[in-house]
Amino acid sequence: MAIPDPTAADVAPLSAVASRTAGQRLAPRARSFANFLVVILLTYLGLLAVTFFIGRVIPIDPVLAIVGDRAPAHVIERTRQELGLDKPLYEQFYIYLGKVLKGDFGTSVLTANPVMTDIKRAFPATLELASLGILIGAGLGVPLGVWAAVRRGKLVDQVVRVIGLVGYSVPIFWLGLMALVVLYARLGWVSGPGRIDVTYEYTITPVTGLLLLDTAMAGEWEAFRNVFSHLILPASLLGYFALAYISRMTRSFMLNELAQEYVIAARAKGLSESRIIWRHALRNAMVPLVTVIALSYAGLLEGSVLTETVFAWPGLGLYITNSLQNADMNAVLGGTIIVGSVFVGLNLLSDVLYKLLDPRTRIR
Amino acid sequence: MLPLFSRRVLCATAAAAMLACTGNLALAATPKDTLVLAFGFDDIITMDPAEAFELSAGEIMGNTYDRLLRLDINDPSKLVGDVAKSWNVSADGKTYTFEIKPGLKFASGNPLTAEEVAYSLQRAVMLDKSPAFILTQFGFSKTNVKDKIKATSPTVLTLETDKAYAPTFVFNCLTANVAAIVDMKLVQSKEVNGDWGYGWLKTNYAGSGPLKLREWRANEIVALERNDNYYGAKPKLARVIYRHVKESATQRLLLEKGDIDIARNLSPQDIAALSANKDVKLTSTPKGTVYYISLNQKNPNLAKPEVREAMKYLVDYSAIGDTLIKNIGVVNQNFLPQGLLGASTEKPYKLDVAKAKALLAKAGLPNGFKVTIDMRTIQPVQGITEAFQQTAKQAGIDVEIIPGDGKQTLTKYRARTHDMYIGQWGADYWDPHSNADTFTRNPDNADDAKAKPLAWRNAWAIPELTKQSDAAVLERDAGKRKKMYEDLQAEFRKTSPFIMLYQQTEVAAYRGNVDGLKLGPTFDSNYMFNVSKR
Repeated sequence: MAIPDPTAADVAPLSAVASRTAGQRLAPRARSFANFLVVILLTYLGLLAVTFFIGRVIPIDPVLAIVGDRAPAHVIERTRQELGLDKPLYEQFYIYLGKVLKGDFGTSVLTANPVMTDIKRAFPATLELASLGILIGAGLGVPLGVWAAVRRGKLVDQVVRVIGLVGYSVPIFWLGLMALVVLYARLGWVSGPGRIDVTYEYTITPVTGLLLLDTAMAGEWEAFRNVFSHLILPASLLGYFALAYISRMTRSFMLNELAQEYVIAARAKGLSESRIIWRHALRNAMVPLVTVIALSYAGLLEGSVLTETVFAWPGLGLYITNSLQNADMNAVLGGTIIVGSVFVGLNLLSDVLYKLLDPRTRIR
Repeated sequence: MLPLFSRRVLCATAAAAMLACTGNLALAATPKDTLVLAFGFDDIITMDPAEAFELSAGEIMGNTYDRLLRLDINDPSKLVGDVAKSWNVSADGKTYTFEIKPGLKFASGNPLTAEEVAYSLQRAVMLDKSPAFILTQFGFSKTNVKDKIKATSPTVLTLETDKAYAPTFVFNCLTANVAAIVDMKLVQSKEVNGDWGYGWLKTNYAGSGPLKLREWRANEIVALERNDNYYGAKPKLARVIYRHVKESATQRLLLEKGDIDIARNLSPQDIAALSANKDVKLTSTPKGTVYYISLNQKNPNLAKPEVREAMKYLVDYSAIGDTLIKNIGVVNQNFLPQGLLGASTEKPYKLDVAKAKALLAKAGLPNGFKVTIDMRTIQPVQGITEAFQQTAKQAGIDVEIIPGDGKQTLTKYRARTHDMYIGQWGADYWDPHSNADTFTRNPDNADDAKAKPLAWRNAWAIPELTKQSDAAVLERDAGKRKKMYEDLQAEFRKTSPFIMLYQQTEVAAYRGNVDGLKLGPTFDSNYMFNVSKR
């Protein structure tokens, strides 16, 4: 769930780059921007439509979540009308779209809050976790992958492979629980499940919702420490799973680059091995790698249901899953928009990074 | 934005990593004046007592709102006055009079008199949310409630029912959350477009209970605080905090480590493991929830009386009792849970494949048949279903399990398109009628029936039992009423399409320094305000 499919990973931005023909390069920036806007809008519309209709055809009665199993018939019927479920599907969708355009994402029936209020609370929890996770994953995964590529077939390569395979194949909830048993329950090195100790619960006012930032800005260093010690374990776990994938991809990109002629040329020129690897080969491998990392990050930002369950983390993954299981469609659609935006945003970001990394793709 | 952000996080990470190295980060132990519970409460959808009908919400209501009467949690067949000082019924059995204790106040400081009680009951009837039927079954409606429920003086409240019901039935229903008393002045000040303050109260608080609600953050936290205006003994602890933790193993770790004081949703395995821990104690109480497998009578095979009976011999009750529901339930073959008036301990059925086979042969199905069962993928339901699949196979019945999540199986069950279904039923209020109403009452078996009790969901047409159930709520002699429920259950055991499995036992594990924890018989009588810590 968290790690995107490797084949899909490098397709999207590449095609975006390839579609930029010579003619477009000369065209005014405004036009490409307009194109871009249309594409984005269509993406959102498609995303909403698909989610909406899937949500309406799943065999779950959304009224049940609101009135429960015991409600008398007339209460059920009245609620159905209040939700507009008696109207045809296309009309329901039309009404929903109209509200979204006015910035009204509706109210979640499960939490009784406006959906955006819920998401403003759940998303930062996931953002904090995913950001630290990807820092760990990419920060360790890239060097490990490079190292494995350089020492191909040697012990290091085997060790990195095993680390990667374990990360890929062990169920995250099991690993999460084991990590908790050892590092939290036995050794007491880190704090347990949850985002913060109850003691600090009402001591900080949420500004960004990112507790590390909030506590740091308030100068509450005790609380900051506490937040960090709650965060580090689930973040490392997510980071490990990202690492497994990123290190494998880095290795394969690096092997590809190291076999290129420019590497031989560089060696013939007498450049140091480390300069060849880090400045030349990795620089080129970074181009596709940026996409891999960006999509891994996006995957983590969707929220990881299992990690969030084990660590009692009130994040986006649990929010969307719980909403879907109760057919709470306003919440599911709101969540989908956020996840969609994350993907669009990170795709854009990787496009920008592309241009920085690969001079050929810059618009002149 | 990302590079900048990353750098900041990087710095923070580095700083924190250094801090981490300097000492042990985790300091377990909860604050002395705060009770911390791990509790799965993702079922809560509202904090308005006129609407709240979910188990977890019930517990919060029980701790934060007062009502006329409460159950005596030490003996649930008795009632104790909450805001009512005394209560009685008129000779014709239709007028109920309550004397309200004087000088009561809400948490807000507003006075609590008979007027507020009348307003609260009227409000629940007028809003007409899911639990409103608990009150409207006495003949209250939107048009007449203002005349039928009224304060005749600041200390006297009268209720007028449409029939002479069993007084126990009426009093029992008034202990339910829907009859909780809300702060009239506060709620009215938040009213928008004549909504009775519904929009506001969904996420806010207007009560007078021993604890007051500070905040409910869905799927995250419910924070309660001591209500200093409470009329009775004030809670010893200043705060009660529920943390939403769903996973049993996670709850266990938190408890072992002392980061929580009480763990509420433990699996039988985790309970067994914790019972060996000397720092942890266990407490358990039988609850008003019964589990069953039902047979849809629309399925021609399942509609045969012999098949219904045979199925009851194809469950290995003792194996289920000893393993799958050990610590969390006890085998119960009746629709009334223990503790309710008229509950029976009769257990005529046990696993008997030969007898089941003989019955199937009699039904003309000597080689068994194929059938499906809808099941929620949660324990212990899943384990029980799989065990049943094995034992049914021995008699030639091929049971195909259809697993489902969340509300999926329930949606199908309510449309009565299932063959078999495994589910549970919790009493809506502490009176035998709550269960009789659904298991042995089916006034209209048509597809478009108005009332859709469990008997309807399984298409079980029972005009005779329906009549008997209706008679039982009007029986004013408690002894005779008890006998009526015993008779209903005897018939139910023999002929019903329900294989009753067990009654739930709720278990909580708590740290050794916690005193006074006792789970009540209902979900709204799990009182945390009596708890203290050493």
